[in-house]
Amino acid sequence: MIEVKNLNKSFEHKIVLNNISCTFEKGKINLIIGGSGSGKTVFQKCIVGLLTPESGTVLYDGRDFLNMNKNQKKEVRQDIGMLFQGGALFDSLTVEQNVMFPLTMFTDMTFIERRARANECLKRVNLDNVNKLFPSEISGGMKKRVAIARAISNNPKYLFCDEPNSGLDPVTSLVIDNLIKDITEEYDIITIINTHDMNSVIEIGERIVFLYKGNLEWQGTNRELMEVDNVELNNFIFATKIMQNMKHNSNNQLS
Amino acid sequence: MNHIFEIGRYWIFMKGLFTRPEKWKVYFKQIFVEMESMGFGSLVIVAINSVFMGAVITIQSAYNILNPAVPLSAIGIVARDSIIIEFSPTIIMMVLAGKIGSSISSEIGTMRVTEQIDALEIMGINSSGYLVLPKLVAAVSILPFVVILSMFMGIFGGWIAGDLTGVVPSNDYLAGIQNGFLPFNVTFAMVKTVVFSYIITTVSAYHGYYTQGGSLEVGQSSTKAVVYSNILILIFDYILTMLFLA
Repeated sequence: MIEVKNLNKSFEHKIVLNNISCTFEKGKINLIIGGSGSGKTVFQKCIVGLLTPESGTVLYDGRDFLNMNKNQKKEVRQDIGMLFQGGALFDSLTVEQNVMFPLTMFTDMTFIERRARANECLKRVNLDNVNKLFPSEISGGMKKRVAIARAISNNPKYLFCDEPNSGLDPVTSLVIDNLIKDITEEYDIITIINTHDMNSVIEIGERIVFLYKGNLEWQGTNRELMEVDNVELNNFIFATKIMQNMKHNSNNQLS
Repeated sequence: MNHIFEIGRYWIFMKGLFTRPEKWKVYFKQIFVEMESMGFGSLVIVAINSVFMGAVITIQSAYNILNPAVPLSAIGIVARDSIIIEFSPTIIMMVLAGKIGSSISSEIGTMRVTEQIDALEIMGINSSGYLVLPKLVAAVSILPFVVILSMFMGIFGGWIAGDLTGVVPSNDYLAGIQNGFLPFNVTFAMVKTVVFSYIITTVSAYHGYYTQGGSLEVGQSSTKAVVYSNILILIFDYILTMLFLA
């Protein structure tokens, strides 16, 4: 479990995160949702240690991450896999080398073992015959899948995804969502996804944290989402006609 | 105030650079990749610059020596010493600051804005060490050889130009470049090359590493890297000349 307690972060007097406390559970898809500029990415970066909050605590299975020394943080980070918004694949390495990279740096596996593991991960994300290609030679959806393969190659305990569906068509988005869901269940890991894609919220969201202007406005399950009486959350969730119709149908079924 | 902040951040960056690598083998391999890119990748530009630089020095030296009492072989001496002490280690390194420095800065800057550096950090890798240390080791190891090659090419250029234009016959030029040669000059040039290699690599990497924004800022970092490297090369050229020759 990852626990966040009283997290505060500001940039030059502008408060971006205001006293955020929440928990993210193992084996579940945890979503951080909110509009653009609500603080989702900063929140996730504070949790993984890419940004240092002014105050607060982040506990990884009870271990206080923010107060660890460099070496202890390194150890925790080897258990973290992260899928960045743009994939963040290393341009100078081939797809296969990208997936092998964490294994090369942190394991004593031989080249053959590393390559076998990389192929296994690429197969898991349904990618074939792209091993020798460079990131610039593959599509956006493929890049995301390679990034997922790289994130899981070293068997992480925690998987972070920053807007995994941004810039993808609806079909590819669904593929990525389902892939993340399957991997979370299969590896029994804690997955935290930043998103403002409502399809993801409906399809795979299990625990949801809603941020609004740097505050934790609401948290709960996706079942509770439809019935919640929070103005800001409702304005965000039911902004589109499709979602309004979905709520209308849901209310009709209940009555 | 901003400059003090930059200097402080540069030293913090340097501290991060010299920490124990996660895996020596990976760093070691990377050093050879960088050596090939910096060394072989710079040969053509260095050769062209050096030949023409040597040619110009020789013709200008001949033009300035008006006293018929001065032997023509003096042109060879002047060309040799100018090339060895100043032109090859300083001017060529300034050319390389443009080529290698901008390349380092834009490569690391692009990695920063596309979150590749964040990806390294998330994996638990010391990103500054992994990205910069192999480049630094490669530069201080291979660039002295490039500068030695530049010296030969420069002196060769002077010979060809002197002979083709007739300002200094081959025999006089060859006698001049062999006359009163001081090996210390080459040692001094090598010290300068190592210091300038360090400046080019670390200053360019620093500007790339702290790039914020997008492609526009990557370009700005690249420009800053070349400008600051060149200014520091000139300052340290003066300091080293004072220390070794004054």
